[in-house]
Amino acid sequence: MESIYLTIVLAPLAAAAIAGLLGSKIGRAGAHSVTILGVAISFALSLYVLWGLAFGDAEPYNGNVYEWAKIGNVTIAVGFLIDNLTALMMVVVTSVSLAVHVYTIGYMHDDPGYQRFFSYISLFTFSMLMLVMSNNLMQLFFGWEAVGLVSYLLIGFWFKRPSAVFANLKAFLVNRVGDFGFLLGIATLLYFAGSLDYAEIFAQAERIQGETINLWGATAVSALTVACICLFVGAMGKSAQVPLHVWLPDSMEGPTPISALIHAATMVTAGIFMVARMSPLFELSEAALAFVIVIGATTAFFMGLLGLVQQDIKRVVAYSTLSQLGYMTVALGASAYAASIFHLMTHAFFKALLFLAAGSVIIAMHHEQDIRKMGGLRKYLPITYWTFVIGTLALIGFPGFSGFFSKDALIEAVHASSLPGSGYAYWCVLLGVFVTALYSFRLLFVVFHGEERMDHHTKEHLHETPAVVTGPLIALAVPSVIVGWLTIEPILFGGFFEGAIFVRPEHDVLGEVGAEFHGPGAFVAHALTHSVTVYLAAAGALVAWFLYLKRPEIPGQLLERAGALYRLLANKYYFDWINENVIARATRAVGTGLWRVGDQLLIDGLIVNGSARAVGAIASAARRVQSGYLYHYAFAMVIALAALIGWFALRG
Amino acid sequence: MIDYALAAPEIFMTAAICVVLIVDVFLRQEKRWITYTLSMFALVGAAVVSLLFGTDSVATTFSGSYVADPAGNALKLFAYVIVALVFLYSRDYLERNGLYKGEFFVLGLFGLLGLMILVSGNNLLVLYLGLELQALSLYALVAFNRDSAAAAESAMKYFVLGSIASGMLLYGISILYGIAGTIELGPLAAALTEPGGLTVPAIVGLAFVIVGVAFKFGAVPFHMWIPDVYQGAPTPIALYVGSAPKIAAFALAWRVLVEGLGPLHVDWQGMLVILCVLSLVLGNFLAIVQTNFKRMLGYSTISHVGFILMGFIAGTENGVRDAMFYTIVYVLMATAAFGMIILLSRRGFEAESLDDFKGLNQRSPWFAFVMLLIMFSMTGVPPLVGFYAKLVVLQSVIEAGLVWLAALGVVAAVVGAFYYLRIVWYMYFAEAKDSSPLVAATDLRTAISVNGLSLLALGLFPGYLLNLCASVLG
Repeated sequence: MESIYLTIVLAPLAAAAIAGLLGSKIGRAGAHSVTILGVAISFALSLYVLWGLAFGDAEPYNGNVYEWAKIGNVTIAVGFLIDNLTALMMVVVTSVSLAVHVYTIGYMHDDPGYQRFFSYISLFTFSMLMLVMSNNLMQLFFGWEAVGLVSYLLIGFWFKRPSAVFANLKAFLVNRVGDFGFLLGIATLLYFAGSLDYAEIFAQAERIQGETINLWGATAVSALTVACICLFVGAMGKSAQVPLHVWLPDSMEGPTPISALIHAATMVTAGIFMVARMSPLFELSEAALAFVIVIGATTAFFMGLLGLVQQDIKRVVAYSTLSQLGYMTVALGASAYAASIFHLMTHAFFKALLFLAAGSVIIAMHHEQDIRKMGGLRKYLPITYWTFVIGTLALIGFPGFSGFFSKDALIEAVHASSLPGSGYAYWCVLLGVFVTALYSFRLLFVVFHGEERMDHHTKEHLHETPAVVTGPLIALAVPSVIVGWLTIEPILFGGFFEGAIFVRPEHDVLGEVGAEFHGPGAFVAHALTHSVTVYLAAAGALVAWFLYLKRPEIPGQLLERAGALYRLLANKYYFDWINENVIARATRAVGTGLWRVGDQLLIDGLIVNGSARAVGAIASAARRVQSGYLYHYAFAMVIALAALIGWFALRG
Repeated sequence: MIDYALAAPEIFMTAAICVVLIVDVFLRQEKRWITYTLSMFALVGAAVVSLLFGTDSVATTFSGSYVADPAGNALKLFAYVIVALVFLYSRDYLERNGLYKGEFFVLGLFGLLGLMILVSGNNLLVLYLGLELQALSLYALVAFNRDSAAAAESAMKYFVLGSIASGMLLYGISILYGIAGTIELGPLAAALTEPGGLTVPAIVGLAFVIVGVAFKFGAVPFHMWIPDVYQGAPTPIALYVGSAPKIAAFALAWRVLVEGLGPLHVDWQGMLVILCVLSLVLGNFLAIVQTNFKRMLGYSTISHVGFILMGFIAGTENGVRDAMFYTIVYVLMATAAFGMIILLSRRGFEAESLDDFKGLNQRSPWFAFVMLLIMFSMTGVPPLVGFYAKLVVLQSVIEAGLVWLAALGVVAAVVGAFYYLRIVWYMYFAEAKDSSPLVAATDLRTAISVNGLSLLALGLFPGYLLNLCASVLG
């Protein structure tokens, strides 16, 4: 099995190396063939691994492949932990990646950086697999940073656009903040557990819970709580939770396939995955869970609201991604890890679908992304339209679609939770359903229905996108519809994650939800009769229909009435403004001060230039001894001998 | 009962040199490649003999005056490789500059024979004989370019200073013989451990011996010959002088100080600390102000000697291992660095000024990269092997309780970084003075590339060489 795992990881890496280093030799077709082959191999083997774990008699695997270094008692190894959680993530990552690879052939067709792009996305697949398959924190961190690096490279893929360069710098910097917390969390665990290996840390979780750290003076805090919150700060950066979410909307500057693969389906869910993986630790700290649930709920509701005022097709979907990541985080905080991962999976499919469909629209519109210049596209792009509808229905939780199962189970679980903050979270996620439906249908109606607002030239060239684009759309639409129905029972209530995810009995909210679960059909019926979520979503869709199709003049009037609220939303709650004008400015001021005093005056002036002058003085003095005269040399030797004898013989 | 098999490599080498010498006499100039090829065969043959007759245990012969042990065997094998590299690097240059003569190879092999005898010497006189055989070959080699006044001058200096040092060494040996009544290493150590021994005379004798060892290494203040010889001699000779004899110096220090004068460790430790500090400081500081690359390498050698001495200062088993590791690594680096000078040289043009490295990256990115590896390794940048060499010797002095010396070593390494990295800066960021492409034979290009990459490979897997050193020293 070990060789299979290695192949899964290394196939995309090899493909990335070939496409990246030999790109000019193998040409465009060669580059996309080799990378698609590499990812296809990974996908097939991942499916095989998942199949073996879920239906076969394969046992979870945990072992080191290679011991990289041993420092004191700490072993730094490359190893794999393959259980149901990992296997599910592997399939999600490789399947979406495969779809995106194929789609890219069409999307990047005329781009001069074609081979480079394929190399990057294959490299991303490798990094993401390393992240999810790791059995220790070091490798997790490697994967974490590697996906961050590729994300940085891809956001700035069109590096001649200033906005892309700004966006990738922003993503990089914001993630530094998160990664700093993440690293502190890892260090805390290493300090108290003396190991980086998951299994060894989990075995000591109870003991670490008992240890304390003095944060301020004599205020002692449980070491485990500190570690968990620090780790979650890392997740906040990577999974774009308030207030570290600011980079994700800007990341839409990257090519659309990347938005689908990295900034919707996989990388941004790394934080969710990490917290689920660390469930044995988070379970022991209610303070950390409460922190998680409040942050998640805030993101889920307030980021959804921002989706209402965006005019860029990709940014609407990006804010929707933020909001959905918030949902997943809320589920984590409510100890419904399985529900979170379940939503992660369904979201990966329908959000990738939405992004790729949006990309298809962008291709058809000749890279125009402003929805005010679209409208009525339904008849020009039928396949795109219908797949977009499927994605939207899945997103808002239309009964029977995949998003319905995951989101409803998640909301029920939060409802059942009694952790601090869960009441607030419940209202956030419940109202979020209405908001989700509102912005999703707004986008659908404005882009595909209503009057055609594009210019004459664009309209003439409007036609359905090629098969390499629509193929992946259809391929992703299928799981977006059915995957929830098929898998809700085993994943949420069938103990699929037993052994991989740990939930304390008193936190087992999914168990409560599961007590009333009698099959997916009954779940739909129950939702229709006993729950408001479906009706909230329907209300959202209805309001969208009324505002954007029936009476399109109303939104404008509303904006005028609610000017202050609109400004707040249009400025994205002023997060960027605060970052740029307060945090960045203060940091720069401190940096300039340190540079002037510390660097220029002390280090450069005194130490560097001073020591350089001293070296020069010594050297020119010593040079005189090397006179070139033989008798000087001989004399020096004799003197040295006399000194040696004098010093040692007379002293002893 | 004399076991000749234990001295088989030396016997073979002597016979092979005689063959090369005689054959060469009958060759016309255009057939000189035969001498070269024969010399190479002599080295390969010696390697085969060493491998066949090599022992895993320690055995002595010739009435205890000669020893065959795994460490000696490993040093000899390494010396064959280095001398073969020297011949390979030099051939092209000698041909281009009208120096392609049999003497070079014959003297080179004689120097090697001296080294082999020195490595296997088990009494002070055999060690002395080996040392002198090598030294005499080197004096002659330095003066090898008879038309060059600079070469003659530096050979003269080297010869006179070398004679003084060797006279002092011999005098020290005679004092030690007077005290202990033996010149064999083992019994000498035993005699010196006896209580109530003559301490003060022994220290006087030791001081004289130290002069001999320090001169061979080129430790300050017995270093004066190094810069002049490196600069004055033709580059292939400087390459030879700068590489293989360092192995001999290591062997001399190891045999005499550790095996023979181990009981006086406290005293020679103190003396070596002084030499080490002076070498580190002076070598590095003077290297900074040099403009001639060969002369700069000379001073850099002196600072590296300071690091090698650190291993001996610790005096432990690990310390000797670290010194051996450092010596091997240094010799590899020095060989590559001199090889680069040869690579850049053309007929009638010595690329020995620092300026000649300017813009190398534009002329040949690959060899600029190889040079970068060499310079980074000399600086001690991980993951190149030079880093691990410095690391292990610093560790060994720290274990010996001399933290301040380790700190000084680190400072010296930082100072050293300046002049090594200056070369890198020249290669990559300065404009080339002449942009003519490199002219060099394929074998030379290949060998230097391999030589440079070996620094990277050994640095990625430093454990192999270090364990090898530990196991042969056993």
